[in-house]
Amino acid sequence: MVSRRSILKSLGAAALATPALSMPSILRASESAGRVVIVGGGFGGATAARYLKRRNPAIDVTLVEPVDRFYTCPFSNLYLGGLREFESIGHGYDDLTGSLGVTHVRARAQDVDGVAHTVTLESGDVLSYDKLVLAPGVDVNFGALEGYDEAAAELAPHAWKAGPQTRLLKAQLEALEDGGVFVLSAPADPFRCPPGPYERVSMIAHYLKTHKPRSKILVLDAKDAFSKQGLFQAGWTALYGDLIEWVGLSGGGRVVRVDPRTLEVETEFGDVHKAGVLNVVPPQRAGVIAERARVTNEAGWVPVKPRTFESRTVADIHVVGDATIAAPMPKSGFCANAQGKVVAAAIAAELAGESAPNPSWANTCYSLIGPDYGISVAGVYAVANDEIVAIEGSGGVSPAEASPDFRRREAQFGAAWYAAIAEDIWGTRA
Amino acid sequence: MRRKNVVPNALAALALIGAAGTASGQHLTAEDISVLAGVCANCHGPDGHSRGAIPGIAGKPYVAQLALLQAFKADSIPDTTVMNRLAKGYSDAELDALARHFSEIGK
Ligand SMILES: Cc1cc2nc3c(=O)[nH]c(=O)nc-3n(C[C@H](O)[C@H](O)[C@H](O)COP(=O)(O)OP(=O)(O)OC[C@H]3O[C@@H](n4cnc5c(N)ncnc54)[C@H](O)[C@@H]3O)c2cc1C
Ligand code: HEC
Repeated sequence: MVSRRSILKSLGAAALATPALSMPSILRASESAGRVVIVGGGFGGATAARYLKRRNPAIDVTLVEPVDRFYTCPFSNLYLGGLREFESIGHGYDDLTGSLGVTHVRARAQDVDGVAHTVTLESGDVLSYDKLVLAPGVDVNFGALEGYDEAAAELAPHAWKAGPQTRLLKAQLEALEDGGVFVLSAPADPFRCPPGPYERVSMIAHYLKTHKPRSKILVLDAKDAFSKQGLFQAGWTALYGDLIEWVGLSGGGRVVRVDPRTLEVETEFGDVHKAGVLNVVPPQRAGVIAERARVTNEAGWVPVKPRTFESRTVADIHVVGDATIAAPMPKSGFCANAQGKVVAAAIAAELAGESAPNPSWANTCYSLIGPDYGISVAGVYAVANDEIVAIEGSGGVSPAEASPDFRRREAQFGAAWYAAIAEDIWGTRA
Repeated sequence: MRRKNVVPNALAALALIGAAGTASGQHLTAEDISVLAGVCANCHGPDGHSRGAIPGIAGKPYVAQLALLQAFKADSIPDTTVMNRLAKGYSDAELDALARHFSEIGK
């Protein structure tokens, strides 16, 4: 493990200046240095597991995650567009449980008792912890949109968690007749992956243009503005002409009712649209286990202390990823990973009786508009006055004017990002 | 290729940067630096070991790496896709620490 070596090495250099360093935690590798339970083995949770073990192998790390193989939302749009095989977005836990020594418990967490410091599994088994990390991602707010419940999602998929939903949507696209209409309903903020619906539309446009050139796409949006909007719309025109029509909130884009049997949607203005394939990106909230742990607010999201992402209401429960209120950071896999690392550092320090290091996060969301046409939005974040802030002058979106070569390089860098982060989290080597 | 021209310029500026980093008085512990470096792995691979189209940064000499980071921050490398937007988020002392951190990781 390179990191430990390099930490030791820089320790040598910096030990004099920083006497409070984590020397003890590195030395006492044989005895347990604390029990950490992590709920959720996605972007945030699996990152926290790996980086806790990297920081101190003596910490007992138990990862509670029901699946054996995690399919990522990132790049699931490329699968829908026909650019990727489904298996290429799946990642297992062998690397984490192997040499790193993370314990994977294949179960759903059912309940959390923050006072007793216990997690109850579906089986009734109880795990106790010194520190709990909740990284459950989002759950669909079924019931928030009239007509859209769990049964409706089998007819009009959301595909906002990768897996069977994604495959269902792909099968529906393949069955769509040439000339049929794909309708996507996009939610109001906040939701998982702000550019996600628009990358999805781009990839489906690529698929339709290639296989069903008479088909059209209609995006009905509950907002008037969306992430990287100028870049997306310029790219849509350049690559797909008038294939994609986008209707924002003030144009009557907000969907207020869904009929999953007829695939009809009704907008706020009373218009009814009939889809050939209907993709409802629904309203969302933190994964329900966060509510069971009593760390959510009325809107269903988790307020956290910025420096450590510890819950603002329940001690020793840290929350990372989409479940949190971390604005101006977006709900992205990149940020969930960055938060997982900061939380691992904070927990490792606290278990060793030290104070948490200064946090720092970044984000970059790559989106693919066409196979050789990538764009990105970036940001760097820190804590100032007990708030998360974007560093002034940093970040922003790809330039509006750029050569085809520039767009092609961003498409390639996007693929390189995916490979790098998958290896950084699950140890996957593509 | 483009970058080769940039390095000597930025090298000339290094003396100044070193001074600014110290003058800013920003104290970074080894733990702070490991947290700063955490996000770089998201694109450059674990500990800066890249396998993809994004260049690796592990074991790249400190002086050259710092020169590149400063040039990204100054937006003086034409056709940069994202490092300019990211480098602007870090102080000179932080960029210095990052360049040293990755230069000390074995290739
Ligand atoms: C179409 C789409 C495209 C996207 N593209 C990108 C992109 O290009 N770049 C990017 O950075 N982000 C992207 N995202 C966003 C990214 O998917 C999320 O931000 C990221 O997954 C959040 O990580 P997380 O750890 O919070 O949740 P997740 O990664 O969803 O992980 C949550 C895990 O918790 C588990 N879990 C939930 N409840 C329990 C329980 N009670 N017990 C045990 N386990 C539980 C789940 O099984 C799951 O494995 C995209 C999202 C979508 C929908
Ligand atoms: C979003 C992905 C991404 C992240 C995050 C990122 N980089 Fe980069 N980096 C790139 C890309 C892409 C390039 C190539 C230049 C460009 O187009 O921006 C690059 C180039 C570099 C180079 C020049 C390498 C060379 O040999 O030319 C250095 C040094 C570097 N990055 C350091 C860092 C450091 C340090 C961090 C963490 C603070 C970091 N990068 C975070 C994507 C990233």
